[in-house]
Amino acid sequence: MFFTYLRRELRRRRKAAFVVASGLALGIALVIVVTSVSAGMSAAQDKVLQSLYGLGTDMTVTKAQTPPGENGQPSRPRFQFDAKGEGDANADAEQSHDIVMPQGFQTLDAATVGKVSGQDGVAQAVGGLSLQVMKVNGQFKRGEFRGAQGGKGTGGGRGGAGGAGGAGGGQGGTVEGGGANFDVNSFSVYGADVAHPALGPLTTSKITSGRGFQTGEADTAVAVVDSAYATQNKLAVDSTLTIKNTPFKVIGIATADSGDATANVYVPLKQAQTLAGTADKITTVYVQAKDSQAIGSVKQAIQKNVPDTTVTTSADLADTVSGSLSTASSLASTVGTWLSYAVLAAAFLVAGLLTSSAVSRRVREFGTLKALGWKSGRVTRQVAGEALVNGLIGGVLGIGVGLAAAYAITAISPSLTAHLAGGGGRGAGGPGGGGRMFGAARHTAGKAVDVALTAPVSLATIGLAVALAVAGGLVAGGFGGWRASRLRPADALRRVE
Amino acid sequence: MYQLTGVTKRYRRGKETIDALAGVDLTIEDGGRLVIQGPTGGGKSTLLQMLGALDRPTAGQVVLDGLDLATVSEARLTRVRAESIGFVFQSFNLIPTLTAQENVETALVPLGPKAGERRARAAEALESVGLGERMGHLPGEMSGGQQQRVAIARALVKKPKVLLADEPTGNLDESMRDEIMDLLEGLWKEHGLTFVMVTHDSALARRAPRLATIRHGRVTITENP
Repeated sequence: MFFTYLRRELRRRRKAAFVVASGLALGIALVIVVTSVSAGMSAAQDKVLQSLYGLGTDMTVTKAQTPPGENGQPSRPRFQFDAKGEGDANADAEQSHDIVMPQGFQTLDAATVGKVSGQDGVAQAVGGLSLQVMKVNGQFKRGEFRGAQGGKGTGGGRGGAGGAGGAGGGQGGTVEGGGANFDVNSFSVYGADVAHPALGPLTTSKITSGRGFQTGEADTAVAVVDSAYATQNKLAVDSTLTIKNTPFKVIGIATADSGDATANVYVPLKQAQTLAGTADKITTVYVQAKDSQAIGSVKQAIQKNVPDTTVTTSADLADTVSGSLSTASSLASTVGTWLSYAVLAAAFLVAGLLTSSAVSRRVREFGTLKALGWKSGRVTRQVAGEALVNGLIGGVLGIGVGLAAAYAITAISPSLTAHLAGGGGRGAGGPGGGGRMFGAARHTAGKAVDVALTAPVSLATIGLAVALAVAGGLVAGGFGGWRASRLRPADALRRVE
Repeated sequence: MYQLTGVTKRYRRGKETIDALAGVDLTIEDGGRLVIQGPTGGGKSTLLQMLGALDRPTAGQVVLDGLDLATVSEARLTRVRAESIGFVFQSFNLIPTLTAQENVETALVPLGPKAGERRARAAEALESVGLGERMGHLPGEMSGGQQQRVAIARALVKKPKVLLADEPTGNLDESMRDEIMDLLEGLWKEHGLTFVMVTHDSALARRAPRLATIRHGRVTITENP
């Protein structure tokens, strides 16, 4: 009788049932969309952050910044070119000079890796050396002296960088032509610990051609090149890349999973240290914690026990993310959440009031049932049952609409831009580009990473939607049931008169 | 048997107090038949509510088979309505979404028989009022007289001791009125019911052996010859 009565009543009041179910469906769909978009935002942020430091890294350890002028601050790099003398046969020959320097000029002893590994809660720690290579090559060209009476000679100074033609010369004559033509190429190199390939920046890229490093290649001059850099410089597997007069054989091409790659060129750590002349030095320690919930305590332990270091977690770095991703994420977590819950609360209220109103229109019906000997509890259950089914219908509709909306968002995949703060670190800013590790990010200029927004719907979200549907039905049933339970059979029959 | 002693029902309407029943003393024997008449607002329906355990008096006793309905618990009152009293209403009060058979079954739901037994008893009751062919029909698909027959079947399906009818022919035309009255009187005799009916219709009132006239909450009993 319960289900027959329930089914028939819902069919009779299908318009009212549809209104109640639609209200609940709207609220539930909004909750699903906001929750899934928030999850998508979170995933996008994780993706952005992972593009900075690699999969599995919970925090990085870098050298603490020292104010400019303090002891230990390395001198700025200088280019030195030979000044060829007059009569030198190679005076116009092309000259080349590479400067290889650690990003941010700050390095740690390689032994820091061992100290960090020994801290409580650290699962794994790997050192890496981020370098910036400035390659300058070109040639000077002498100017030609033309005398006032047609005399000809050479002279004049050599041009400075990009310099004008030399001045002076013989009496009454001028120096024409001459100057300098130099090409400057800057790229980043990351020295990777080939013995621990599972941690570090290279994990954010896939080897799309050739192969990655092998454990025994620490002393071998091999390189993995980022695909964008390889295309730009016409590099392929088995071609040779020369850095500071050292030829490196390209063994693989890596493509970043999202955004830009961490470095243009990856070489074994020992090779990078040799290039930079920084034996046993690293710039960054990549740390994986045993428990992702204990990152804060691990950070504190490292800061306390490993002096002169800066520990940066993904949460710290997330604070520096701005741009449309950050704005959208903020909107989703504030306005979106409140909006969806406000709509849901309104839907609950409307469902409750409509159910209560429906009971008021059925006073005679429920009064008759009570006169026939139905207990108040049975009448209340009947009303609550109808409201609960309404809520479940609303839940199913809401889940359908929410899933469709989430699917549409994922299909459209709107692009969001994450701006990573740069130059915020203390001390002198390092060279731009390339460095995107935690510590290094603070030395770099602002970095923009584009990510596609998705709206993944988890089982937990579906569970939440079902719970909300049931809750909506119970709230509505509660209103109606309370109203029905207060009816007295005599009151109900009095309305008949 | 009903034994009403000093039954008073007082309502408050704003600052005004109204005595719908003012010290009513009344006895109705088992198997007896009583018609209640009186002007609108005189207290007819209030008296019927007291007899039907739908409400409690402000003062006095309403004793049915030794049980004082004025003082028993709400659960016991519900049980009395479920087991002992059948109601027939002026507007039939059928549930529009349920078929004739299902409407009759609603009276059996509180008694807890299994669905099969419920259906069988409901079908039997509908047969007894001549609606065996219309069991699957909704109230909206039946005439007023047929709906009232369904309501009578619903009142009698649980085999009550008492049948209370509030203007049972008030919404019916004359021919249908006589048909329904003949049916009710036949069932009263057949089942040995205590039958109390409220009516405005003097012709119907004259068919009963006892007439209770109620004015300003006070009852006067007249025995019809």
